[in-house]
Formats: sequence, C-alpha cells, structure tokens
Amino acid sequence: MIGLPFVYTVIGLMFAAFAWLGWRDRANPKRWTNGLFWGLLAASFLVGDRLGDFGNGLLVIAVAGTAIFGLGTRHRAAIDPDARRAEAARRGNRLFAAALIVPAVALIGALTFKHLPAWFDTKQATLIALTIGVLIALATIGAWLRPSPATPLVEGKRLMDAVGCPAQMPQMLAALGASFAAAGVGDEVGRLIGPILPHGLFPAVFAYGLGMALLTMLMGNAFAAFPVMAAAIGVPILIQQQHGTVAGVAALGMLTGFCGTLLTPMAANFNIVPAALLELRDRYGVIRAQAKTALAMFAINVTLLYVLAFPR
Amino acid sequence: MMVLIGLGVLVAGFALRINPLPVILAAAGASGIAAGLDLHRIIAVFGKAYNENRYVSVIYIVLPVIGLLERHGLQERARGVIADLSGATVGRLLIVYMLCRQLTAAVGLISIAGPAQTVRPLVAPMAEGAAGDLDEDGRERIKAMAAATDTIGLLFGEDIFLAIGSILLMKGFLDQYGFAIDPLTLSLWAIPSAIAAFLVHSTRLLRLDRRLRRGERP
Repeated sequence: MIGLPFVYTVIGLMFAAFAWLGWRDRANPKRWTNGLFWGLLAASFLVGDRLGDFGNGLLVIAVAGTAIFGLGTRHRAAIDPDARRAEAARRGNRLFAAALIVPAVALIGALTFKHLPAWFDTKQATLIALTIGVLIALATIGAWLRPSPATPLVEGKRLMDAVGCPAQMPQMLAALGASFAAAGVGDEVGRLIGPILPHGLFPAVFAYGLGMALLTMLMGNAFAAFPVMAAAIGVPILIQQQHGTVAGVAALGMLTGFCGTLLTPMAANFNIVPAALLELRDRYGVIRAQAKTALAMFAINVTLLYVLAFPR
Repeated sequence: MMVLIGLGVLVAGFALRINPLPVILAAAGASGIAAGLDLHRIIAVFGKAYNENRYVSVIYIVLPVIGLLERHGLQERARGVIADLSGATVGRLLIVYMLCRQLTAAVGLISIAGPAQTVRPLVAPMAEGAAGDLDEDGRERIKAMAAATDTIGLLFGEDIFLAIGSILLMKGFLDQYGFAIDPLTLSLWAIPSAIAAFLVHSTRLLRLDRRLRRGERP
C-alpha cells in the first residue's frame, strides 16, 4: 500500500540532492551551512521515524542552529530572459498543459484514491496524489523537453534557495503549538481573560471575535485559538448565558480567527513562504496586501454573529 | 502567567526580524522552562511534534517541476498570453481566480492550487502581464496581491466543506460540552462569510484596476 513513507522517501531524496548541490556550489561562500541545512531536512524525511522524540528534538536544534549562520544566496547567472521569451513563444500553450499536470493528478487522486483502500492510504490521498503528480509531470516534461537529468533538481534548488530558511517555519510553528500546549499557554490565556470580560451581548460578541483574531495572530493558527476562546467566552457566555446558536457561535468564531491568520507572520505558510517564493523584497508584503480585506471581514463576521446567531 | 513568556519571545523576535527558526525554538524553550518542564522533556515534545508535522513541508516537492518549466519560459508565456488578451485586467483576472479557488476549496480540493502550485508559476506572472509596464515597487505589489487573493479564496472557501480540519475540530470540541452538532450545520454557517469575502476582496481588486488605469501606484 502506498502511504506517507513513499511520499517522505521521495521528498527526502529530493532534499538530499539539494544538500549535495548546495555543498558543491563553490560560488556560495556559505555552501557548508547550505548543504548541512538541506541535508538535515533530508535526514528528517528519510530516517525521522527512527530517531526517537529526543533525537528529533536535537535534529531541530541543529536545523535552527544552522539557520543562524545563513544559507547564502546563489548568484548563478540567470538564463538569458530573451532566450526564455523566444522559447515561450515557440513552446506555446503546451507549457500550460505541462504546468497543469500536477494539479490535475492531485485532483484525480483526491477524488479516486479514497475508493481504493487496498492500494492507497486513504487518509493521505492528497499528499500521495501530489507526489505521484510530480513524478508523472517530470517524466512527461522530460520526454518532451529532454533536459539533462540533473536540470529539474538544479532548477528546484534555485527556487528552494529563493525561499531559504522560512521554508522550515510552518513545520516548526506547528511543533511550537504542541510545546505551548504542553506548557499550558492556552489555558493560561483563558484564565487571564475570564475576569476582565465585559457585560452585555454586543461587548461579549466583540470580545469573543477580537480574542479569536488576536490569539490566532499570536499562535499563528485559528485551530489553536478556538478551544481557548470557545471555553473562555463562546460556550459559557455566548451559548449558555445568551442562548446563541451553537453552530453559529463556533463557525463564525473560527472564521473571525481566519482574519487573524491573514495578518500574522506566525501563519508562515500563508504569509511568509509565499512572499519568499515570489521573491518579494518586503517579507511582510503579502500581509500588507491582505490587511484591508482581513479588517473588513473581521467587522463583517462579528456583525453576522451578532445579528444571525442570537434570539431576538 | 510566566508560561506566556514564549509569546513575548515570538513577538519580539518577529518585530526585530531576527531569523525566525531560532526564535521559535527559544519561545518553546522559554514557555517550557516557565512551566517547570525539564529540558529533556521540552526537547522531546518539540522533536516529536516536528516529526509528526513533516507533511506540512511536503509541498516543496513541486519545486523541480515549476523550476524546470520556468527555465523553458513558463512565466514569460503566462505574461504574454494575458498581455495579448484584450479586456484582461489584474482585477478581473484575480477575481476569476478567487472564485475558482473558493469553489474548489468548498468541495474540499484545497491542495490543487496554492503559492507553489499555481501562484508563482501562473497567477502572479499573468497578473504582471495584465498590469503592463510598472516599476519594481508596482510589480511587487501586484505579485503580493496575487498571493493574497489565493489565501483569501482558500480561507473563506474551505470551511464550507464539511470534512475540513477546522469543522472537525469544532465538532470534536462541542461534543465535549455535550452539544451534538452536525458538520453540515457548521459548514452552512460559513456561506455568508464566503460571499462577503468575495464581494469585499473583488471591490478592492476593481479599485486596484482603477488606480492602474489612472497610472497611479497599484
């Protein structure tokens, strides 16, 4: 059965190749830390399950320690833009067809793999489909454009270097959530806001929404904020005291948290990684672009909650 | 009270723009020590969660495909196609993209698009192509808006799908308090916000078009 081990082996080998390319790159003065950084990621994906919890902890410390020294930026001569434009005109829209192979396979996999439990780990259908999509795309494009076998890895490494250290932020922030839970950070926030709650329906609704947004900004994830705010305000005050509709209080609370997601570097996968991938000079550029929509949606969600979820 | 020191470490680290990876570790360590956990336990908890969350980083697997196609002119083609299309504007292009993103997310297809899969190779260059000639600052804002539109479409679409993580989390939490809530009811409550997000962000995108037409900064 194809499952996560298959996915992790493929991506582990890719990171191993990135490490090799990074270490071999003599134009980069930081080639040692660059190679080590991607090498540690390769180790995590290939043998992470055999390292034990403490071993994995030491691995993360090594990853973060390597990041302190910087990964260096590669100044490899870009391929001539004119040549690329000429090739774009020659290849035409078949380039789009090639670019859509991965999304198309991901789509087909997401719809079909769950009906084939003997073949695929149905809980991981999306990641498996993504990986298979990449392999099919590389085989197809390879047959069409005939690049040298190393080219996809070299070009992939170019994009990976554009992202750099922030590439590890989403995964490390997810682990931080577990650390905060073990230290009782969420419970402590709940205890602190309990006594300062305002009275009256609208102030309570507003405090619930604001708490969801702010706590999401701090923790980077509405999932982490929801249990705290729902236990502190949502259930005892909005549902039990003010008789709000249970589903409305929960759903609109979560969506108000999403407004916080749009505003925080802690939600690195949505905000910091895209800025790095697009090679923006301002690492908070995507957050700036989202800010007005996020603030308007905050006001709208709080209003919807107040108007729709309570008996009149 | 002391366990909140980890949040303080994070805010300070981001505000000072220190390399985020050591900041995250320091935050975990600070809160753990304040909670009285021993160092071995703090490291093991973090390591266990790091290993279990590897799937978060799997998305980088698409980079070799995207990089290879970029080398052969994908971005230039995306820019060219839109520039040749009469009537194409940044705003209209991103509105159509956002609608597709919301509708596919609403039926649970959240991974078929994203910053690596679609924004960098296709949507951002198309938006640049539609914007015409701009200075570096203007191009940067257009690219940022392409990424922003992708995320807004995703976040305000996915909660309509009843088997998404956040819906299951809410259901599990409410079960503990004795409220039996059907996931479908939760997802129906996400529809008004989804429509509002589409209208709000579309309005902003059309205003961006107007600024571009007047030759102002986007």
